[in-house]
Amino acid sequence: MSKELTPSQTIGPFYFGTLIKSYRYDLAPPGVAGERIDIVLSLHDADGAVVPDGLFEIWQANSHGRYNHPEDRRNLPLDPCFDGFGRASTYTDGCSHFSTIKPGRVPWPEGGLQAPHVNVSIFARGLLNRLATRLYFEGDPANAEDPVLKSIEPKRRATLLAKRDAKGTWRLPIHLGGPNETVFFDC
Amino acid sequence: MTREIYRRPPGDTHPPNLSPAYKSTPGRAPRQAPVALPHTLSEVTGPLLATERLDALENDLTRQRMGEPLGERIVVQGRVLDEDGKPVPQALVEIWQCNAAGRYHHPGDQHDAPLDPNFYGGGRARADAEGRYHFITIKPGAYPWKNHHNAWRPAHIHFSLFGPAFATRLITQMYFPGDPLLAFDPIYNAVPEGARHRLQAAFDMEATRPEWALAYRFDIVLRGRNATPME
Repeated sequence: MSKELTPSQTIGPFYFGTLIKSYRYDLAPPGVAGERIDIVLSLHDADGAVVPDGLFEIWQANSHGRYNHPEDRRNLPLDPCFDGFGRASTYTDGCSHFSTIKPGRVPWPEGGLQAPHVNVSIFARGLLNRLATRLYFEGDPANAEDPVLKSIEPKRRATLLAKRDAKGTWRLPIHLGGPNETVFFDC
Repeated sequence: MTREIYRRPPGDTHPPNLSPAYKSTPGRAPRQAPVALPHTLSEVTGPLLATERLDALENDLTRQRMGEPLGERIVVQGRVLDEDGKPVPQALVEIWQCNAAGRYHHPGDQHDAPLDPNFYGGGRARADAEGRYHFITIKPGAYPWKNHHNAWRPAHIHFSLFGPAFATRLITQMYFPGDPLLAFDPIYNAVPEGARHRLQAAFDMEATRPEWALAYRFDIVLRGRNATPME
C-alpha cells in the first residue's frame, strides 16, 4: 500500500519554548570514552548576518566509530551513556555550543573508512526544508582519503572543515548563502 | 554507483527552498544545488531517542498547567507511516502551536493577542507499535505575521519527526481542512500544488469524543526504503 510523502514546512521562529525539553548541549557525560571536544556552530545568512533563531541538531558515532542505532550491526563497543544526538538553538550571536567526543571513523559502502565527521541538520525561519551538512576536523590526516570530501570541488571543501581556535574549540560557520555558501547534502 | 537505501523524494513533494512569496527565504535559501550523498551508516542511522522518558501528560496540552486553557478542545491523532504504508513504531512525535487567540508562548511573539496562562503549547507523544499517536489540545488561532500587507497564517500545528534515520528527519505543519486562509498563505502554497492537501488534517467523526471534543486525523508519511538494497 503506497503512501504519499508528507511535504516539509519551516520550523518557524517560535519553537524555542516548546522544543526546549529535548535540548542537548552536552552529549558525553563523565565516563564516556574518547577525546573530549567542544564544537561551536554558527549560522549566517546570505548577507553574512548571524541567524539568531535557528536550530542545530547533530548526530555522530562514538569514539569507536559505532552509531548507537540498530542499523549499525558491527561488533564494536557501544557506550550506554552516549547516544550521539545533540540539539541546540542558536543564540543572539548565531552560535550553538556542544560538548561531545570526537567521533571515530565509519565505513564507506564500497570499502575503506570515512574521515571522522559529525552530521548536522539545520532548521530556521525562512528554511522550508531541513538542510543537512557535515562537520569534518581540519588537519585530520584521514580527510585526504575521505570519499565525500574528495567529491567536493576543492574551493568549496573548506566550508565543511571546522577549525580549532586558540582555546581548542572546534568552530564551523555555516553560511546559508553568499560567497562562502556551505556545501549542503541531499542525503 | 550511488547507494540508495531510502528512496529520494519525488520532485513534486517538498517546497523549493527559494520561495520568494515567503519573504524570509531569499536571504536564507542556499543557491547551490545540494550534493547527493550515497547512503552510508551516517545517513541510515539517526537519533531514535528511545530512552527519552515522556511524562504521562506530555501529549495532553490541556492539562499541563494549573487550569484548563481557553479554546475549542480537540483530539489530533493519526499514524506515522513510511511510503510503503508500514508503521514507524515508537516514533517520537513533537508538536508546538499558538493558543486559541493566535499567540505563542514565546518572548519573540509580539502579536497583540492575550497569552493564556493555562496554555504552554508544546507536547510530545510516543507512537505505538502500529505508529499510532494522539494528542489532546485546543484549536490554535490564526495570527498576523507581517510577511506582506494583512498577512495571516492559517491555523496550524507544527510537527517534528525523526523517523528511523538521519535521512528521514522531517519538520512540517498540520493545517485544518477548508481553512479559507490556506489560499493566501505563502508557506503552505510553497509546497507543489499536488502535494499541498497532504498537510491538511481530516475531520474525523469516528475519533470525536461525544459531549467533549472534536477530532482531526493527520497521518505523517516519511521516506520509505528501496525494495532491494544495492549491496
